[in-house]
Amino acid sequence: MIIPTKEKGADISRRDLLKSGGAMATVTLASGVTLMSFGGKAAADGLKPGARWGLLIDAGKCPEDCSACVSACSKEHGWEDNGLDTDPQWIRKVTLREKETGRENSLPVMCQHCDEPPCVDVCPTGASFKREDGIVLVNRHTCIGCRYCMMACPFKARSFVHEPVTDQRTDSPRGNGTVEGCNMCVHKIDRGDGTTACVEACQATGNNAMMFGDLNDPESDIAIAVSTYASVELRADLGLNLGVRYQNI
Amino acid sequence: MKTLLVSVLMMAALMGAPVLAEGLLPNIPAALGEPHPEGNEFWRVNHPAILSHDRDLTVLDGIRDIDGSIKTCVACHAVEGPDAAPLTVASPEHACRTCHDYTAVKIDCFQCHNSRPEAGDWPAVLPSLGGTPESLHAYLERISQ
Ligand code: SF4
Ligand code: SF4
Repeated sequence: MIIPTKEKGADISRRDLLKSGGAMATVTLASGVTLMSFGGKAAADGLKPGARWGLLIDAGKCPEDCSACVSACSKEHGWEDNGLDTDPQWIRKVTLREKETGRENSLPVMCQHCDEPPCVDVCPTGASFKREDGIVLVNRHTCIGCRYCMMACPFKARSFVHEPVTDQRTDSPRGNGTVEGCNMCVHKIDRGDGTTACVEACQATGNNAMMFGDLNDPESDIAIAVSTYASVELRADLGLNLGVRYQNI
Repeated sequence: MKTLLVSVLMMAALMGAPVLAEGLLPNIPAALGEPHPEGNEFWRVNHPAILSHDRDLTVLDGIRDIDGSIKTCVACHAVEGPDAAPLTVASPEHACRTCHDYTAVKIDCFQCHNSRPEAGDWPAVLPSLGGTPESLHAYLERISQ
């Protein structure tokens, strides 16, 4: 199934209505009570129309003994992998070995933010969805924890939360009975940080193996890099058009 | 009438909801910030609808500047616990629970959302439980303005 990406502004969406301060400066919510604050407040807020956020990972620059991206993700989102089979993993370091030559590669793997995500196809409730800027998320308000998406994902990118969670990061709610995975630090993107926790951590180590950006913006570093140098998708045979690309694997 | 009164009181006591000595109303702790311009009555009635409407704005469209944000609710309605940290929803005195216990409405929000500001964002001065006559008085003053 091809998930149609609707151009923002092509029609009057709910958000446009909210953005146009004049149209909804005063909202009547109950008889005799009006909420004045909606109109105009949401201007410049919300996802970037037409964007396709992605990552470019250079496995050649990713040393096997480094897992700074994994620790940064765990800290940013408040998940912990203590080695139990049931512990969540939003991102993990994977070692690839070429059978014929024995050449080994170490690289981080997380949700690849497929353009045609199998997890969305199989979700019975619509909880698994793709935002208009290409980020694939679980809406935990509607996730029933059936884990179909975990079975459908070719990259084992999703985890089920088996235990009750308390004291979550306030920007990254997560809870028992729902499925979760890399959300490309959607809270950071929405507030305009222009990077993710893993990319920041990778840059801080000096390895600079990861790059984040808008693949649809021809001026962005990531778009220039992928149009200049060779990069591949994992399991390109599946034809899912991934938002995460790799070099030197 | 008297039996009803007694049973309501007993119910409240059983559920651990703090009850004002002289009344049957839940003892809702004062909040930190400015009172809601729309009034408390409005938010008391409409907060579920506003929260579920605005959560879709954030989750689906990335709109973060919303009226019903749980992060903002729990920051402004934080209440000091015995260890000087804000109370979590595990305590019956948590701002949400005072009312929800009283009305016997289960809150699902905090299965995923943090029920207090995260460590590092704790306000320097937290309102103590609404029990003291001064704080209650100050609160009533503020909301009656
Ligand atoms: S990598 Fe897996 S979880 Fe991520 S979008 Fe693709 S199928 Fe869904
Ligand atoms: S576990 Fe949740 S997100 Fe995954 S398929 Fe089931 S309802 Fe959808």
